[in-house]
Amino acid sequence: MKQLMLGNEAVARGLYEAGCSFVSSYPGTPSTEITEYAAKYKEIYAEWAPNEKVAVEAAFGACVAGKRSFCSMKHVGLNVAADPVFTIAYTGVNAGMIIGVADDAGMHSSQNEQDSRHYAIAAKLPMLEPADAGESLSFTKLAYEISEKYDTPVFIKMCTRVAHSQSIIETSERVETSKTYEKDGAKYIMMPGNAKRRHPIVEARTVALTEYAETAPFNRIEDGSDHSIGIITSSTSYQYAKEVCGDKYPVLKLGMINPLPVKKIQDFAKSVDKVIVIEELDGIIETHCRNIGVEVTGKELFSCIDELSQNIVAEKLGFTPDCGKKLDENIPARPPVMCAGCPHRGLFYTLKKNKLTVFGDIGCYTLGAVPPLAAIDTTICMGASVSGIHGFNKANEGKSDGKTVAVIGDSTFMHSGVTGLINIAYNESNSTVIILDNSITGMTGHQQNPTTGFNLKGDPCTKIDLETLCRSVGIKRVRVVDPYNLKECDDAVKEELAANEPSVIISRRPCALLKYVKHNGPITANADKCIGCKSCMKIGCPAISIVDGKVKIDATLCTGCGVCSQLCKLGALPNGKES
Amino acid sequence: MQTKNIMIVGVGGQGTLLASKLLGRLLLEKGYDVKVSEVHGMSQRGGSVVTYVRYGDKVYSPIIDKGEADIIISFELLEAARWTEFLKPDGTIVTNTQEINPMPVITGAAEYPTELVEKIKALGVNLDAIDALSLAEEAGTSKAVNLVLMGRLSKYFDFTTEEWMAAIEKSVPPKFLEINKKAFLLGKDA
Repeated sequence: MKQLMLGNEAVARGLYEAGCSFVSSYPGTPSTEITEYAAKYKEIYAEWAPNEKVAVEAAFGACVAGKRSFCSMKHVGLNVAADPVFTIAYTGVNAGMIIGVADDAGMHSSQNEQDSRHYAIAAKLPMLEPADAGESLSFTKLAYEISEKYDTPVFIKMCTRVAHSQSIIETSERVETSKTYEKDGAKYIMMPGNAKRRHPIVEARTVALTEYAETAPFNRIEDGSDHSIGIITSSTSYQYAKEVCGDKYPVLKLGMINPLPVKKIQDFAKSVDKVIVIEELDGIIETHCRNIGVEVTGKELFSCIDELSQNIVAEKLGFTPDCGKKLDENIPARPPVMCAGCPHRGLFYTLKKNKLTVFGDIGCYTLGAVPPLAAIDTTICMGASVSGIHGFNKANEGKSDGKTVAVIGDSTFMHSGVTGLINIAYNESNSTVIILDNSITGMTGHQQNPTTGFNLKGDPCTKIDLETLCRSVGIKRVRVVDPYNLKECDDAVKEELAANEPSVIISRRPCALLKYVKHNGPITANADKCIGCKSCMKIGCPAISIVDGKVKIDATLCTGCGVCSQLCKLGALPNGKES
Repeated sequence: MQTKNIMIVGVGGQGTLLASKLLGRLLLEKGYDVKVSEVHGMSQRGGSVVTYVRYGDKVYSPIIDKGEADIIISFELLEAARWTEFLKPDGTIVTNTQEINPMPVITGAAEYPTELVEKIKALGVNLDAIDALSLAEEAGTSKAVNLVLMGRLSKYFDFTTEEWMAAIEKSVPPKFLEINKKAFLLGKDA
């Protein structure tokens, strides 16, 4: 049956049809939906792991046990998972194993624009790169065949425009498959003696895969009427090239980005006057072409910065796209903001008010960096707030403690914050860590995590107790505050910063968007009492505005959290409980 | 046929994804090649959001670029103004006249432009502006703005009301079905 399916959903469908029975992942835009859709199939065991390294290792264990396995992550997640990946490249697999990785050119929801294809080359692993949902499904199934035939984990590389685009696919039935585990130390125990024997096997595998790439149908030539230019491309760049050129120029569309074919590219180059490589981010295909003696034009035309589009491709190939009419008007930007009722707001207000240096982390609460709160000093990667604040305080030799905090979400803390906290306890820096516990993984769209008490399938499960965890790694001062209560937050921050030992403050309140959260109902502003002092505007709540000098509450947004009520000394914003 | 391009723009949380789901379903049933593209994650937190719907005999790119949209359907007035550049010279903008202040306006760092309907019209584009929020409230909930706008958009397509209703039934939870159908019809006849 023909269906319209998201690229990520199509990967999940491919997993199902190929008989995959184990999925372990950590959420990250734009990869998250693969695992969520996989979890809907009762034949697939699917879980959220605490981080990507754990997920890859779990998926490896499952494939050794004889079940086809999968794990997925966003591009930066692959940095976390890189350690096992580089050595699983040596051991190979038993049943097939696929690692899904989704890049985010244009940084729609990411902290950098790294190109994951480098990892396939560095780890010497095959990487398939689908260009739409149909290929996302078929390449996933093919990846298992390659994995088992060549004894290797296989990457499926997605990007935002493939992962989050729906196109038409045709489904088929699931085929069950499994293998038995047999002890094989020479293959699975990577101590130097064994690993030395595995490395040549890895190199030979790349030679065999390159041979396969020469004739495999996923590296295909689509002929054109004009051989003055030949285009080599892959993924979403292929779609832009075809959109612009149609059948004018011959196109070599690459479905496997590592290893790349040699003779196929050389022969293609001979059939045209000039070769242009169109690829997003870095010049991976381009560099390969030069290495095999094929002259190409690539990054001189197509920047390694940001996404491509059909207009960019058209313009660089000498076509003139018709652009529309821009309104000659200063259109204010509409950046993402913390939602009305967001429990992070009160806490960030407290940090700003106390003029603290704040090491931030990855999640919705990164929006605490945006004016008017503007409360964050650094954001690097998952867990970096906790480790970073330790270094900052140690380097300042006791001068900065009492003026600095780290803020990190519940899911991010479980991902890689707890190791930084162990360092704070072990190496004794006087640091204060605030865990913003909104009882969910928010930014990626509400995924469960080890602190929520529910698993990916929505069933109740073991709930990791944050207070106990923090105490058990050696933090004696652990306290919980309600971020809707500004005085409680302010007292806690002042007291913990004054203390002469490390501390953890857990700012606990569930995400305002969670379905089970009951709100008080919108605040009714009392305009007569408002003098237009704008004290309530300091928290950057999208439900509050000043119209004609008086406060106005947008009742469709306001949840009645009452944080603004505590800022208004004149009683113009009575919260529901008081009025 | 040449590929047709529909952009759905608005503010994160306004229900633009349901609109693209409805359209995608209808176009697939008509036998077109269809691509629907959206961005999840950070931009959904009250930011400017855009969904691309493309259909025809064979669709390649999943996105719509400047100068390519046949129709832009906007859930908010400022967003209609933001994306005019993406419209074809003879294209149409269907917009809700509702104004939602972005954070720079709320904080006073920027001003919400005035007379946007007139200014967009002055570009020479076809502008179909309706107060979808009032119509949604008339249907029973301010959350049905998306269905009001879908009703309005239906005037630019050849699908029958029955076909739209069937698609709505498949895309909306049963308990909200009646309100959504009413909102659709109010938008269509406005």
